[in-house]
Amino acid sequence: MRVSVWKGGADGAFREFDVPRHPSQTVLDVVTYIQRVLDPTLAYRYACRVGMCGSCAMTVNGVPRWTCRTHIDRVVRDGSLLIAPLRNLPIIRDLVTDMSDFFEKWARAKGQFSGSRSRHDDFHAVTPDSADRVQADAGIECIGCAVCYSACDVVAWNPDYLGPAALNRAWTLVKDERDGARLERLRSVAGDAGCHSCHTHMSCTERCPKHLSPTASIAGLKQEILKSVVRREL
Amino acid sequence: MLWIAQRASAAVLAVCVVVHLATIIYAVQGGLTAAEILGRTRGNVGWLAFYSIFVLAASVHAPIGLRAVFLEWLRWRGASRDVALALFAGLLAWMGMRAVFAVFM
Repeated sequence: MRVSVWKGGADGAFREFDVPRHPSQTVLDVVTYIQRVLDPTLAYRYACRVGMCGSCAMTVNGVPRWTCRTHIDRVVRDGSLLIAPLRNLPIIRDLVTDMSDFFEKWARAKGQFSGSRSRHDDFHAVTPDSADRVQADAGIECIGCAVCYSACDVVAWNPDYLGPAALNRAWTLVKDERDGARLERLRSVAGDAGCHSCHTHMSCTERCPKHLSPTASIAGLKQEILKSVVRREL
Repeated sequence: MLWIAQRASAAVLAVCVVVHLATIIYAVQGGLTAAEILGRTRGNVGWLAFYSIFVLAASVHAPIGLRAVFLEWLRWRGASRDVALALFAGLLAWMGMRAVFAVFM
């Protein structure tokens, strides 16, 4: 199998390697083989190898994916493979990107839980089947792998855009009845950098390895902001 | 607020476009002449109100859409963009209302 792998920084280029095929081989197996056998200088990230940490995300034949959960059989085309770093993030070296912007945008979207009770109060009982909790649960399993961020065209066009993951995180907190910063959060996710810039292309939903729908979360944020404007809260 | 204005104007435009197309098809199939059409629109406050709303909705909707196009495709943002879009909105409204009054007066 011919594998082209991105080498270098933003001004780098693809370099070709010949890698033997094996049954049940994943893209991460291929990258690891190249680093261990063919080119020890190759930089890439991984940790868990079982789709829990999200650190091995790369662009495989033009599509952002978790490489540890992607079998070669599913993606190889005419015996060749193109492996690049994630789009929309600055390249540090080879397949490693700088994810600072991605996580700073989570902070800008007020992605931190802001409790409304102190240690002196009783527990806040949350009904698991309440409408708000069900909506929050639908987006809560995000592990921050940046696949959606890499797939998003709006991020590519408007670098200030917070992106699907940060907005999805904000949505799960807006729907968390224990959280006390709803309006502040809605304010920070509105406008040109926020949910109102989403074009509903649904690339994030299409590519999310956890099968979440950031598009639905973003649509929910738009509705919540509209309701708050009508109620004159914002 | 811009997002709300764009969505609200889109809802108005959806209705206006359907009525406008239906009117065109009716007028063409019925074989109305220009004089006959003008005979129906001149002095008709209903058509004046309908097409005024149509023009104003388009004048609100189009510049807000262009605002995003300018940001995403040209990286044009800030006061210069917004002034240019306000002028464009004014131009659309002026040209549209000129046409509306031309068939009303």
